[in-house]
Amino acid sequence: MIKGWIFALAILGLGIVSSLFVGAIDLDAGRFLQTGEGLNLLLVSRIPRTLAVLLTGASLAVAGIIMQMIVSNRFVEPMTAGSGSTAALGLLLITFLMPQASIFLKMIAACVFSLLGTMVFLAMVRRLPAHQPLLVPLVGIAYGGVVSALVTFIAFQTDLLQYLQTWFNGEFSGILQGRYELLWLTGILMIVAYLVADQFAILGLGRNVSINLGLNYHQIVRLGLVIVSLISAVTVVTVGVIPFVGLVVPNIVSRWLGDNLRKTLPVTAMMGAGLVLLSDLIGRIVRHPFEIPAATIFGFVGAALFLWLLYFPPRRPSTAESQQEKSA
Amino acid sequence: MIDIRSVSHALHGQTILSDISVQLPKGKVTALVGPNGAGKSTLLSLIARLQPLQKGTIEVDGLDVTQTPSKQLAKTLAILTQSNQLASRLTVADLVAFGRFPHHQGRPTVEDNKLVDEAIESLELTSIRHRFIDEISGGQRQKAFVAMAYAQDTDYLLLDEPLNNLDMKSARTLMQRLGSLSAQSSKTIVVVLHEINYAALYADWIVGLKDGRLVANGETKYFLTNETIEQVFDMQADIHDVGEHRFVMHYR
Repeated sequence: MIKGWIFALAILGLGIVSSLFVGAIDLDAGRFLQTGEGLNLLLVSRIPRTLAVLLTGASLAVAGIIMQMIVSNRFVEPMTAGSGSTAALGLLLITFLMPQASIFLKMIAACVFSLLGTMVFLAMVRRLPAHQPLLVPLVGIAYGGVVSALVTFIAFQTDLLQYLQTWFNGEFSGILQGRYELLWLTGILMIVAYLVADQFAILGLGRNVSINLGLNYHQIVRLGLVIVSLISAVTVVTVGVIPFVGLVVPNIVSRWLGDNLRKTLPVTAMMGAGLVLLSDLIGRIVRHPFEIPAATIFGFVGAALFLWLLYFPPRRPSTAESQQEKSA
Repeated sequence: MIDIRSVSHALHGQTILSDISVQLPKGKVTALVGPNGAGKSTLLSLIARLQPLQKGTIEVDGLDVTQTPSKQLAKTLAILTQSNQLASRLTVADLVAFGRFPHHQGRPTVEDNKLVDEAIESLELTSIRHRFIDEISGGQRQKAFVAMAYAQDTDYLLLDEPLNNLDMKSARTLMQRLGSLSAQSSKTIVVVLHEINYAALYADWIVGLKDGRLVANGETKYFLTNETIEQVFDMQADIHDVGEHRFVMHYR
């Protein structure tokens, strides 16, 4: 386990360093260390961008696992199940009704709509038969699709289509100092999620077990809803929709380490951050000096990883090994 | 004592339970028996506040289950329900450890860990404690859930068909364990059973339900008569005395 942590941190560290020195403008690490040349570029663009990528990746993965625990279903994630597209709806409406609204006001609108949208999804899912788990993601995709279509229609009617491109296709090239700081909110939300990680894990065991263990079921579901919607809304407002992070990352971690969130939530967050960072880096490199959106790259990377995991699952720790670990 | 008074329950316009009043004795093993669809599981889930009570009152150890905070009830009673299909993946040890949650609210002490180990050993799960519950057999999973309820260490333990999927030896061991829990630690145990002979051997008290009504209720030796069996199960069976126990020959 400790080796795993060192490995993961090393990869993440390598990614962060690369992220600081890859981009349209050349920034030579050697020269920077000697003369300090390019400090401005780092502070204004590269560091904010790297932080934004890390916060987005980590929080989307965390939002994914929480939503999966709330509906007791492994196949949903906020961006495809309506939380993301309803956030975009809120954003669109406020942009149309109050073009001069501040970014803060826009975020509030996105949050409110995302919260309502996620509640509607939850209400729909509650009515589905429990023995048909695949209905849940299907309903989610259909619901998200309907909302997205509505958003596109309104945007078309109001001549705001060009905005949709930036909201629906998450990417980080526009991130500069002063334009990503809202994302720190997701950091706070992740800490809150970690503090009650046990209760989210129990939620995943179903309503009966939750009540039996004395959990305030509705209260913890509501807390989860708020965390999921706020993370979705903040990400859509600042970087746009990045689908599948919330689906792929929690499933990989779950197959590998299980769902004891107290232990696995940090791994989930780190893996989400690492994979989105990798996607963003690839997107910056392949057509240098132009960029491909991280969301597009992630769709590819995430799907490939997921397939690999399904067909070549990592070796399970054997009983003997675990006992060694315990005695060590 | 579990005190059930005039409890009725309906779902989608269909009566599940009608006017049940019964007292389940403290510190004893009570078996809940009856044909399929008699309302046994519903009654158990109402006692454990898993469903809202529509009519009547239920008190567990003097605590009204609709009024008492859920957190407090979780330290008084534990329930093992029938369907334990999980979407999440946990190891056996992690699952059992969640049984201690009502007592530590996320900060397990040495004592909690000791009780978890004890529960795992007691259900003979030590060799598979680090396996994931979706990768073990149905019977082993059932044992893991029983161990979780066991670890919760409450004075009242409700089990809905705990013998499902268990082999003969495991079933006998579990029933013996339940018997000694009530005899030595004076726990009150209510268990839904389909095999009447387990009730005959291990229960002190038997409650018979049929079509949502209370049909028979009494000490084991008084319950096991031709008339009562016919009343509850709608079938005839010979009753034999084997040693000091009664045995219902219902196989043919």
